[in-house]
Amino acid sequence: MGKAFFVIRTFLFNLNPKFQLAMGIFSSNKKEKLDKGLSKTKESVFKKLSRVVVGKTTVDDDVLDNLEEVLISSDVGVDTTIRIIERIQKRVSEDKYLGTSELNILLKEEIEKLLLENNTTDVDEFIVPETKNNLPYIIMVVGVNGVGKTTTIGKLAYQFKKAGKSVYIGAGDTFRAAAIDQLEVWAQRADVPIVKQKMGSDPASVAYDTLASAIKNKADVVLIDTAGRLHNKINLMNELSKVKNVMQKLIPEAPHEVLLVLDGSTGQNAFEQAKQFTKATEVTSLALTKLDGTAKGGVVIGISDQFKIPVKYIGIGEGIEDLQVFNRNEFVDSLFN
Amino acid sequence: MFENLSDRLDRSFKLLKGQGRITEINIAETLKDVRKALLDADVNYKIAKTFTDKVKQEALGQDVLNSVKPGQMMVKIVHDELAKLMGGEAVDINVKGNPSVILIAGLQGSGKTTFSGKLAYLQKTKKGKMPLLIAGDVYRPAAIDQLKVLGEQIGVEVYTDMDSKDPVKIAKDGIKYAKQKGFDLVIVDTAGRLAVDEQMMNEIAAVKKAIDPQEILFVVDAMTGQDAVNTAKEFNDRLNFDGVVLTKLDGDTRGGAALSIREVVNKPIKFVGTGEKMEALDVFHPERMADRILGMGDIVSLVEKAQEQFDSEQARKLQKKIAKNQFGFDDFLSQIQQIKKMGNLKDLAAMIPGVGKALKNVDIDDDAFKGIEAIIQSMTPDERDNPVIINGSRRKRIANGSGTSVQEVNRLIKQFDETRKMMKMMSGGGGKNLARMMNGMRN
Ligand SMILES: Nc1nc2c(ncn2[C@@H]2O[C@H](COP(=O)(O)OP(=O)(O)OP(=O)(O)O)[C@@H](O)[C@H]2O)c(=O)[nH]1
Ligand SMILES: [Mg+2]
Repeated sequence: MGKAFFVIRTFLFNLNPKFQLAMGIFSSNKKEKLDKGLSKTKESVFKKLSRVVVGKTTVDDDVLDNLEEVLISSDVGVDTTIRIIERIQKRVSEDKYLGTSELNILLKEEIEKLLLENNTTDVDEFIVPETKNNLPYIIMVVGVNGVGKTTTIGKLAYQFKKAGKSVYIGAGDTFRAAAIDQLEVWAQRADVPIVKQKMGSDPASVAYDTLASAIKNKADVVLIDTAGRLHNKINLMNELSKVKNVMQKLIPEAPHEVLLVLDGSTGQNAFEQAKQFTKATEVTSLALTKLDGTAKGGVVIGISDQFKIPVKYIGIGEGIEDLQVFNRNEFVDSLFN
Repeated sequence: MFENLSDRLDRSFKLLKGQGRITEINIAETLKDVRKALLDADVNYKIAKTFTDKVKQEALGQDVLNSVKPGQMMVKIVHDELAKLMGGEAVDINVKGNPSVILIAGLQGSGKTTFSGKLAYLQKTKKGKMPLLIAGDVYRPAAIDQLKVLGEQIGVEVYTDMDSKDPVKIAKDGIKYAKQKGFDLVIVDTAGRLAVDEQMMNEIAAVKKAIDPQEILFVVDAMTGQDAVNTAKEFNDRLNFDGVVLTKLDGDTRGGAALSIREVVNKPIKFVGTGEKMEALDVFHPERMADRILGMGDIVSLVEKAQEQFDSEQARKLQKKIAKNQFGFDDFLSQIQQIKKMGNLKDLAAMIPGVGKALKNVDIDDDAFKGIEAIIQSMTPDERDNPVIINGSRRKRIANGSGTSVQEVNRLIKQFDETRKMMKMMSGGGGKNLARMMNGMRN
């Protein structure tokens, strides 16, 4: 079969002089090696900006070019970057003598505007909101494979427990090898009860059991783990909707929160993740993990803005305490360090 | 999701039409679009820039054919350049040692454990190896159990040491065990780590030193963004790895990280992961990846269409003939008929990735085959079966009979010869799978 196609191709090339002409054009000269000077230690953008700006009194194209590089290199994405730069340009033209020191402030302001305010009033605290009839507050945790769902659940359980809440965990990843064992270790570490079934069982039924136990034991908060799934797999996304629906048999408002976990090193595909998970489960908050690395997680700026979903937590390590409540100010700062 | 690059380029290239030649001015807008496409696909900022500069050099001064849309022409240039950068010769993994040792490294959550299982399964089922998996992730909860479960699923033994928290010792002991028990391939799974974690990077360097693997594979998530270059560079500086594994390609990411990594460490991408099942492992196709980064997915429809139309029995016969070097002009003729049966030639051409797009507007009508058919029909059966006998006087006769010129006959025979040679070359590769074939030959 392949041979046949080979023939076709050869044909198409050889047959028609126009093909040959067209192909001939594209023959390329020897390529020189790319400059691979990607600097190991990134210069801080403000340093860079001030370097560019020496001898200049106003923000000009050089400065904006540099800004563009920093934003895109932080995974902010082209569209959001352009929006930010346009806003800055507008402000610059309004205020003719804007210098670079004001630029810093301006920049932060503009980016922070794109990030939704998180609902928590006190930014350092892990808070479990009140619910109707004192039923437990249900958080379902979703995301693609390997982003840090299970780890985030462990860390959250620990924090809620520390805040004096009674916490239940449901082992809803019944698919991945040893996912249940992994969550059990976290439940032990956080010292909270876990509800589980065998590997391969129905995740909706695990979620139902967990809620039932939590209600019976008057728990304050329930964390439901789910198997990692790529957002373009329709069956698996439907499964999530089903888990959600089954929980509503016990608590009509459940899940009160659907937490989408995004890996901080993910690029523009995170948009599609947000879109598809929102479609299947109405995501209400985001957690951004692995920010202890060099990745900046800038993609959440555009996501938060476009989908109007707040970023609630950030993961900064593999330890049980390595979870923080998201702080816009600090996050924006970190983009430029 | 993303507007097709080719369409976008056509739009921005409208100005260019009729201008005849690509110049700095008329290309600027297009290059911006190319750059945006690359950045949307997560190609690193600097690399996207250098790359578009290169494309610009390539394109400047070229004539614009009236029959080809300039936008498509640009896509073609960009596509070829991309594929070239990511491609090169396919490099297999080195499994020659006894046992040969493969070390797996990468960030947290990149898919190392799953890949380790897949690789073991592939080597066992397709290469007749007897692999041993070593569970070296002593940090993540239940990571060892995860590998054990996978090992059970695929019937491969997993070496574990639940009492040890020392990956160096576990790896060394595991290899000793492999030697004792006669395993000929050892795959060492390791914990995920960040490149900036000095202690963890030292640890994996120590593992490498202790076990001296034949092959080190760096596993990276295809959805990775701009940071891919930093991570790949750090891991390479520390480990000098041999190849890259790109995971989760069954998602819809454009996968620009593949290009970035290739550029920054210049190591081949050896495998891609395409699903959660143990069979979901594939070799890397640079052409497909180039399509993907540019947001073009036509290869699938081409393959499907071809599969519908081609009689597999006939294809098998043909294959035999090619292998025996008996492919003759009659077969050539029947190929033409098949192509014609498949429908509009132009559509067909347009579906060949990297070629078709650029040539969509070249006008190819079915008449294009007429001369060729006439020439072949003027040959005797002997000549068709055994073209070497077609000497000068026979050529003149054929030209007369078909109403063509001797030059045209010469050209066809020459092309036929070349085609035959190339087909012969290809038939070594097993090529049952059309998609694989298509890519193989475009390298
Ligand atoms: N460095 C770092 N690693 C993290 C962080 N959060 C999670 N990880 C690691 O990332 C890897 C994957 O985490 P998991 O919690 O298993 O991810 P998951 O989304 O549950 O994965 P699946 O269930 O397999 O889809 C583990 O090795 C975690 O230790 C973080 O904030 N920083
Ligand atoms: Mg998990």
